[in-house]
Amino acid sequence: MSKQYETVIGLEVHVELATKTKIFCSCSTAFGGAPNTHTCPVCTGMPGSLPVLNKQVVEYAMAVGLATNCKIHQYSKFDRKNYFYPDNPQNYQISQLYLPICYEGGVEIDTPAGKKVVRIHEIHMEEDAGKLIHDEWEDCSLVDYNRSGVPLIEIVSEPDMRSADEVIAYLDKLRLIIQYLGASDCKLQEGSMRADVNLSVREAGAEKFGTRTEMKNLNSFKAIARAIEGERARQIELLEEGKQVIQETRRWDDNKEYSYAMRSKEDAQDYRYFPDPDLVPVIISDEWIAKIKARQPELRTEKLERYKKEFDIPDYDAQIITGSKTLADLFEETTAICRKPKKAANWILGETLRLLKEKELEPEEIRFSAENLAKLIELVDAGTINSSVAKDVFAVIFEEDADPERYVEEKGLKMVNDEGALQSVIEEIVAANPQSVADYKGGKQKAMGFLVGQTMKAMKGKADPAAVNRILKEILSR
Amino acid sequence: MDLLGMTAVELGRKIKAKEVSATEAVQASLGQIKALEETLNCYVTVDEEGALEQAARIQKKIEDGTLSGPLAGVPVAIKDNMCTEGLLTTCSSKILYNFKPTYTAEAVKNLQKAGAVILGKTNMDEFAMGSTTETSAFGVTKNPWGTEHVPGGSSGGSCAAVAAEECFYALGSDTGGSIRQPSSFCGVTGIKPTYGTVSRYGLIAYGSSLDQIGPVAKDVTDCAAVLEAITSYDKKDSTSVLRKDTDFTAALVDDVKGMRIGIPRDYLGEGLDPEVEAAIRKAAGILKDKGAKVEEFDLSLVEYAIPAYYVIASAEASSNLARFDGIKYGYRTEEYDGLHNMYKKSRSEGFGPEVKRRIMLGSFVLSSGYYDAYYLKALRTKALIKQAFDRAFEKYDVILGPASPSTAPRLGSSLEDPLKMYLGDIYTISVNLAGLPGMTVPCGLDSQGLPIGVQLIGDCFKEKNIIRAGYAFEQARGAWKAPELTERAKKGAN
Repeated sequence: MSKQYETVIGLEVHVELATKTKIFCSCSTAFGGAPNTHTCPVCTGMPGSLPVLNKQVVEYAMAVGLATNCKIHQYSKFDRKNYFYPDNPQNYQISQLYLPICYEGGVEIDTPAGKKVVRIHEIHMEEDAGKLIHDEWEDCSLVDYNRSGVPLIEIVSEPDMRSADEVIAYLDKLRLIIQYLGASDCKLQEGSMRADVNLSVREAGAEKFGTRTEMKNLNSFKAIARAIEGERARQIELLEEGKQVIQETRRWDDNKEYSYAMRSKEDAQDYRYFPDPDLVPVIISDEWIAKIKARQPELRTEKLERYKKEFDIPDYDAQIITGSKTLADLFEETTAICRKPKKAANWILGETLRLLKEKELEPEEIRFSAENLAKLIELVDAGTINSSVAKDVFAVIFEEDADPERYVEEKGLKMVNDEGALQSVIEEIVAANPQSVADYKGGKQKAMGFLVGQTMKAMKGKADPAAVNRILKEILSR
Repeated sequence: MDLLGMTAVELGRKIKAKEVSATEAVQASLGQIKALEETLNCYVTVDEEGALEQAARIQKKIEDGTLSGPLAGVPVAIKDNMCTEGLLTTCSSKILYNFKPTYTAEAVKNLQKAGAVILGKTNMDEFAMGSTTETSAFGVTKNPWGTEHVPGGSSGGSCAAVAAEECFYALGSDTGGSIRQPSSFCGVTGIKPTYGTVSRYGLIAYGSSLDQIGPVAKDVTDCAAVLEAITSYDKKDSTSVLRKDTDFTAALVDDVKGMRIGIPRDYLGEGLDPEVEAAIRKAAGILKDKGAKVEEFDLSLVEYAIPAYYVIASAEASSNLARFDGIKYGYRTEEYDGLHNMYKKSRSEGFGPEVKRRIMLGSFVLSSGYYDAYYLKALRTKALIKQAFDRAFEKYDVILGPASPSTAPRLGSSLEDPLKMYLGDIYTISVNLAGLPGMTVPCGLDSQGLPIGVQLIGDCFKEKNIIRAGYAFEQARGAWKAPELTERAKKGAN
């Protein structure tokens, strides 16, 4: 490659909102019901049915817009996007084209070269489509409308990103903001957050943008990074060969690490957008905006600063904890109960993250409660169990949210504080291991560790290590 | 006792007084249906068994006192574009030839609550697109006043059924005149309420921003009573309006002293049949004699209403009718090769020519590059027309004019020239564009013996003004006779 190229990337991010009911009817948005059980005449597009806007959708969209520094269109409208496809029961999607609810915002991301703002062109509200299932045995297709009418917002960025790292930083920023707002769980794998990547390349220093392609089917941060690298290389290769990049939509196949053309601009459909006459304009008052602003919970950046100040948590640790809404919630709830922020942070940063990694889970998949973690911290603090037993108990809490008090009781894991009993066990150990005693007296510190280990083994791990050390030293110094 | 000759309210009173039972009333209607349907074809579906079953159930409720409204036990016919749970609802289209809805339209539900007995579903222009009921996939409906003539449209089946006494009253829908024009042609009374008054939930949409359901009946009293029953604020319809003054029967007062009535000069110009003009002027004279202040004025913009209407209604229709694709319900072509071929063939075979024409027109005006020039311009025209009416209603309580330039044309004379047919909507469509209430009341017969209706238009939410004017006019006009065909059929049955 002789020339230097710059990658220019803009994103269209779809986020499924966490409302209980759909955007235009009162059907449940719950995931995983039997096919077509969360449906009604409205979300199956039956003749004569009419949409009625779910107010919560507007509030979530506004909250996301305000948290991403967008302006709010106080007179906003829904438009119909007309196209034929069976997953779309009316053969039009209700979306927003002419007057989207939020516009002209942006978020700050960290890049190796410092802070940078990615501008947001607009955020609009729309409905999700149903799901097509191709039955190869019967050679037919079936439609499940449970997802039809689930509320989405689409966040459209300006073409402000220049690398996969910036894209990931931007997505991570959006994800955290939205999770903190409670507007969505933003799970890429489950599709509650989806990103389409618009990418073009141009020679470094060129003013004009190159021809862009749009890539779909990206369902993890890793896939997005790989797709960006792949598409960048493909476009540069075309340009180097003196060929043109065609404006088209491409589908990324993450297994083959290659994208395939879906449709070019030439056969792009005319969606014949027009304002939906079944819906009235959304009028947003100053008071309503103020109410949503007032309701805005503490976002990541503020939380990070507070953790450092209020709990004296180091920056790095606070970054990790606030990097997930679930971890931050767990930390705060645990701290609220046991009043031991440092210890709560240690359990989260240590054992929790270790087990998550070991089991290949995301923080959002944590199943245990803050109550049980707080109880565990208290048990250790009160000297009821020692720290090595605590780790074993935590593993059980992590797995099945066990109540540590009851578990410790049932399994008889309490530390033995009977010094007399400990004394006689240690006497026995010392008598049975004359070689180790001699080694210790000869200056080998390791021998001490061996004797402690033997004692703990004999005590089934329930002895207080400090007491074991003290008594052992007393006996050996006789 | 001439049961069939009674108005809905008269019959309701007799049923309440236990002089007639709901079952007897249904049987009388079914008898008339049997006698005349072969000639007139007012219905797409007659639900004989269901009607008798409903009547028996409602009669019990009347007897135990749980139902006592003015319409309890009175048989009604419903236009076939309103969903009725489990009962065929076709919009007179092949594409919905087998469609049985899973729910009932809100307006129909309101009637059921009032104790109405549904006789069946009436014929219409396919998807309410047409002015003659000739675009129905299930045959034309004939005008009871002259079976060589059309009943008007698109609520032709409902209006002809009321005129033929095949029901005591009916529901119609009006997007550009579809209640008022056929009411004029069939010599019945019909109201198109202010947009947002009657829920559209369950009305299969043609032009969503213009569609309204309304009553078709024998007189103004019935219309007021039915409108009162079907009006409701419905949270399922975002365009539904919460109204307070919906006691429409309170406006049945024979007094128009001091009422200001304006006649648009624009409505009396070129193209208006002189016999219709004479009847309209006579009607205005009657109201003047009763003390109303009547004068002519220039409404303006009337000539722009037709193009604006056909752009807006067709644009909305092209999208509204997209859901009829042969996938989930309705007609699907027999043989097809892949998804798009199935869409294409099902829709090509399922829709009639007038519907296709409007889908194509609507798709065109919404397509990129034309949207501003056609659709947006039409919306601006709509706003200007509304302003013209706003100015007029500063001076007048009621606007009076014809409902159609002529009386009912002969069968087969309209469809060959759709543009001419569209021009026939000139007096009715601006009312839909402005969202106003309008009513047609029979006011005379032409030399062929065909009815002429006078149209009364009110300001938004002022149905009471037109009801009062219509009622006062009706009192002075005197009793309206049923067409001969209707009378003959009744005699034959006796």
